[in-house]
Amino acid sequence: MDAGLDVASWILLVAGGGFIFVGGLGALRMPDFYTRMHAASLTDTLGTILVLSGVILQAGWSLAAVKLAAIMVFLLLTCPTAAYALANAARLAGQRPQGLARHQKGC
Amino acid sequence: MITLFGVFVSTLLVITAIGMVRSQNLFGAVMLTGLFSLQMAVIFFILDAADVALTEAAVGAGVATVLLLSALALTSDEEARRRRRRWVAMTVVSATTLMVIYATFDQPRLGDPEAPVHQHVAPWYLAETPRLIDVPNVVTAVLASFRGYDTLGELFVIFTAGIGVMFILADGREKGRLSLLPSPDAQGLRHHLVPRVVGRLLVPFIVLFGLYVQFHADFGPGGGFQAGALISAGMILYALLEGESAALRAVSFQALAGMIAGGAFLFVAVGVAGMMLGGHFLDYSVLSSDPVVGQHLGIFLVELGVGITVTGVLLTIFHALSARVQRS
Amino acid sequence: MEFLGLYNYWVFAVLLMTGLYAVMSKANLIKKLIGMSIFQSAVFLLYITMSKVEGGTAPILQPDAVDQLYSNPLPQVLILTAIVVGIATLSLGLAIVVRISEVYGTIEEDEIRELDGE
Repeated sequence: MDAGLDVASWILLVAGGGFIFVGGLGALRMPDFYTRMHAASLTDTLGTILVLSGVILQAGWSLAAVKLAAIMVFLLLTCPTAAYALANAARLAGQRPQGLARHQKGC
Repeated sequence: MITLFGVFVSTLLVITAIGMVRSQNLFGAVMLTGLFSLQMAVIFFILDAADVALTEAAVGAGVATVLLLSALALTSDEEARRRRRRWVAMTVVSATTLMVIYATFDQPRLGDPEAPVHQHVAPWYLAETPRLIDVPNVVTAVLASFRGYDTLGELFVIFTAGIGVMFILADGREKGRLSLLPSPDAQGLRHHLVPRVVGRLLVPFIVLFGLYVQFHADFGPGGGFQAGALISAGMILYALLEGESAALRAVSFQALAGMIAGGAFLFVAVGVAGMMLGGHFLDYSVLSSDPVVGQHLGIFLVELGVGITVTGVLLTIFHALSARVQRS
Repeated sequence: MEFLGLYNYWVFAVLLMTGLYAVMSKANLIKKLIGMSIFQSAVFLLYITMSKVEGGTAPILQPDAVDQLYSNPLPQVLILTAIVVGIATLSLGLAIVVRISEVYGTIEEDEIRELDGE
């Protein structure tokens, strides 16, 4: 049981770390502001959930697990909201997506 | 393993600092300031300073970023490009860096328990806290009880900063009364639906967490400073979402002024009560028949005073800057 | 592992001088304030690095663990107050910069000096 929990939390932690790394890579290499933001925000939310689940499995049934679950709920609410607020602010500031020609309305 | 992680974050810290200084876009520099504070909080946590990490994260990454952004909104966003390089400053700075690095070779190894800094007062605090104060968090015990004078002085520094900002930024047109009133059509982010809904959902939980941190100072990392920063961050979020006028209707400027003065008054009152009950100034042992219970009571009231004043001051500074943004 | 033991102090030296360079040679007033805050953070790093004890934990006494080493609580107390004092001075500095910007119209030091000199 212990070994199973360890393996499961290893998988979750490594997967979460992998997602966050991919998100960081996308934030660097993507060509346009909106694609960069898309890469960073979605993968960060999922990666954080996976990492926190892995740590909760390690914490077992304790107060620490409840606190970690509360942090996870909080992050689940705020990460997508922050991404939305960022994209909305960029759109209101006039940042246009790269692929749109000058006459296209888009956005 | 954790030391390697600490080395990695320290290197990131240096890169962030150099980026902050060289960046020409001040908005980017302010965002890097928030990142810098978060990295400092991680390093503090790696070095076993849990209270300090919480304070740095709440104050540095939270409130300082908002205040810097408000100041940027009132001044300019870009730094003017310099033509000349400052060779003299660079050489002086590099020479001093090398001298400081040379001086650090005399430092004891990191974590050496025989280092001089761990020899004199610290073992006494760690040994005597269970007997005299009986509080698990030694940092709170030292901050509020053993070194209560320092905390009193520091509270008055924050108090002075708050009233200083009020004097510098208040609008004197209101017949001699200090006024920070914003324009009545301050909308905030009211027409942005998603941040407004999620933010309004989160504000009570942020304030609740701030109160938790305030009252659990004895048992875990916490205390007045962190709680003040967290509660004011929650209220600043409300002010950003609903607009200045709504936030000032919720917690009026008179209430904020009362909080600033009231917290400092509470701290001094606890000290004077100690004197009137027969002990010295800020002697908590005489506040109750059992000296340990007296210490608990004294620490509770003193931390409450600190939390109230820090909340009031940070909110006042935010409202002062933000009302000016509205008006300009 | 002496290198790892001294690395934090070298980071302190570099951060200290970075902040000092920003205060000394940048003309923009907000850059100077940011440099001041980097300088303060470097000093915090120095103190907290000195407070760490190898094999210790955060100085929150655990009643059931005997022979537990604790890190030094005294520098942590000093830095706790120093952080909040730092934010107080930063906010006061920002208020002054805002007023300067309103009166002179600029926050670049050389332009302010020119406006003052005439």
